Amino acid sequence: MNVMEYSAKEMFQQYGIPTPDGYTITSPEEVQEVMFPVVVKAQVQTGGRGKAGGIKFAATTEEARRMAGEILGMDIKGHTVRRVLIERRLNVNMELYLGYVVDRSARKIRCIASAAGGMDIESVPKDRLFSHPFDLEDFMSDTSLDRMVEMLGLCGIHNDATKDLAKRLYQLFTEKDATLVEINPLVITHEGELIAADAKLVIDNDALWRHTDLPAPEDEFTPLEKRARAEGIAFVQLDGDIGVIANGAGLTMATLDALKSVGGEGGVFLDLGGTDDPEQVKKAFRLMKDAKPKVVLLHIFGGITKCDTVAIGVRDVLAEECFEAPVIARIKGRNEGLARQILKDAGLIAAKSLQEAAKLATEAEGGEC
Amino acid sequence: MAILVDHDNKVLVQGITGHQGQYHTQAMLNFGTNIVGGVTPGKGGQEVHGKPVFNTVQEAVDATGANSTCVLVPRKFAFGAVKDAIEAGIHLHVVITEHIPVHDVMRFVRAAIDAGQQVIGPNCPGVASPGKGKIGILPDNIFKQGNVGVVSRSGTLTYEIVNSISEYGLGQSTCVGLGGDPVTGTSFIDALQMFEADPETKQMVLVGEIGGSAEEEAAAYVKDNVTKPVFAYIAGRSAPPGKTMGHAGAIISGSKGDAASKTAALEAAGIAVAEWPVDIPRLILGEL
Repeated sequence: MNVMEYSAKEMFQQYGIPTPDGYTITSPEEVQEVMFPVVVKAQVQTGGRGKAGGIKFAATTEEARRMAGEILGMDIKGHTVRRVLIERRLNVNMELYLGYVVDRSARKIRCIASAAGGMDIESVPKDRLFSHPFDLEDFMSDTSLDRMVEMLGLCGIHNDATKDLAKRLYQLFTEKDATLVEINPLVITHEGELIAADAKLVIDNDALWRHTDLPAPEDEFTPLEKRARAEGIAFVQLDGDIGVIANGAGLTMATLDALKSVGGEGGVFLDLGGTDDPEQVKKAFRLMKDAKPKVVLLHIFGGITKCDTVAIGVRDVLAEECFEAPVIARIKGRNEGLARQILKDAGLIAAKSLQEAAKLATEAEGGEC
Repeated sequence: MAILVDHDNKVLVQGITGHQGQYHTQAMLNFGTNIVGGVTPGKGGQEVHGKPVFNTVQEAVDATGANSTCVLVPRKFAFGAVKDAIEAGIHLHVVITEHIPVHDVMRFVRAAIDAGQQVIGPNCPGVASPGKGKIGILPDNIFKQGNVGVVSRSGTLTYEIVNSISEYGLGQSTCVGLGGDPVTGTSFIDALQMFEADPETKQMVLVGEIGGSAEEEAAAYVKDNVTKPVFAYIAGRSAPPGKTMGHAGAIISGSKGDAASKTAALEAAGIAVAEWPVDIPRLILGEL
């Protein structure tokens, strides 16, 4: 889960990490006549705000209200801005980068720090990065911390303050089950303050059950995606018009890829998971119905899952729900013959191969085939 | 031979008294697995399919000499279950449970590595060596004994590929499901290394997906260290960046971890990448 900047900064403060003075608003009238000059920042659960025009500076109340008005309601990568953070503009002397991320391959945590803050960290040359992997339980040695501040090009009092901040940030990372925390930029002001001007925080979705105090995500998921999460179904809305229901994440992705191979485009990723429970199948089809695809492609490989039991769930839910979109099915594996007959009797189109099913679905949707 | 699972595994099922535990214990027995018992705290003394149930892994190990475990416990108990098994000296931990927090995974994988033990998973279907045994939830009816080693990050998609290999008259030495999480106990490289050393394995199939860089690292490894032919399939060519596609690990972050870069890396290492899952056996036989 992406935590919004203002929420992440509240958490930073709990861990003694300084952030700029500020407040959030949901309408331009709420701009206060204090703290100028200010930064007006869109609060959305996605990156790339700056490039999209979601971060602006204002010198007066009037200007701040105008900018807040422009930013509120703005669409940034499919996310509507509903909240804006107003912050005191910092008198920037240096911009640094500091972050921790789960290093999947090393099975460790990686600390990344750089004196080249304020820019996309992926574009910073390797020789300007401090990039240090360490075991989750161990944190970094004093020697590593010394190397880190050396790479940051700091001197004097800022060395100890930065090391202390790095420790606090890591405490937050472990205690909150983060997979990424990033301060970019970490600012040193002309007045000598060390302050987190931005905050990016991603919490492990699989650990949310033990962090009930975290703010609920506001716009990371569509309403249907939220409903699917509550029902324990992996569901992602995409750009196309063909809804894919398959069992298993890999198979669902492969089915969407199959559509792409024949010129079609998937509109829904729906992973039924390892179940043939007709009730779960019904839930899945109800979600799919509400996503309003033009065609549905059902792809089941029955290993443990019994294809005929899935087929019965499909037949029943289609009858109950007045499902209008044509359903094309590719069923393979355990009891596939029985399943195919049940689906044919229910008026579904049963394809023999994934390739055939993908072509049929794309044709039915009006694609290139 | 085969890898990870053969006739020498004495297997415990952690969570044996649950619905999944009972079902898959029977399925593993049917596959020829030597199940020696199970563990469910508080249910010691019971039996499941004639196998004794113990309260702790240590008790089970003391009584049965178990050296492997299949973890089928709910996610909130998974960390404790795996730690128990590590402390009891189990050599091979196959963790089926999905949705374990990634920090917990890093903790128990580290502990297992420090103890010289192997973790498969989590969030994986397990390991099957046809004719020898399986530890996990892979279906029984798709396998055929043979010489293709299969290693994968997914479940059902792997079954489809394994099934197509069997239908084409080929068979498998071992099929390893690594799991769909960002951090797993065993990597592609670990499995490829074992397959390279296994005389029964003649070809290898790598089934990857978007997210992370494990496929790219595997490609570099194959180039320098693997002499047997390797074939691949990558799922997620049509996935958008920033969306988790079912598996916690299947996410393109920024420009990193997309299918195109994985395919390019594999092809640059001389590995043929199939467009369709069922193309794999034809690639192996040189028909494509």
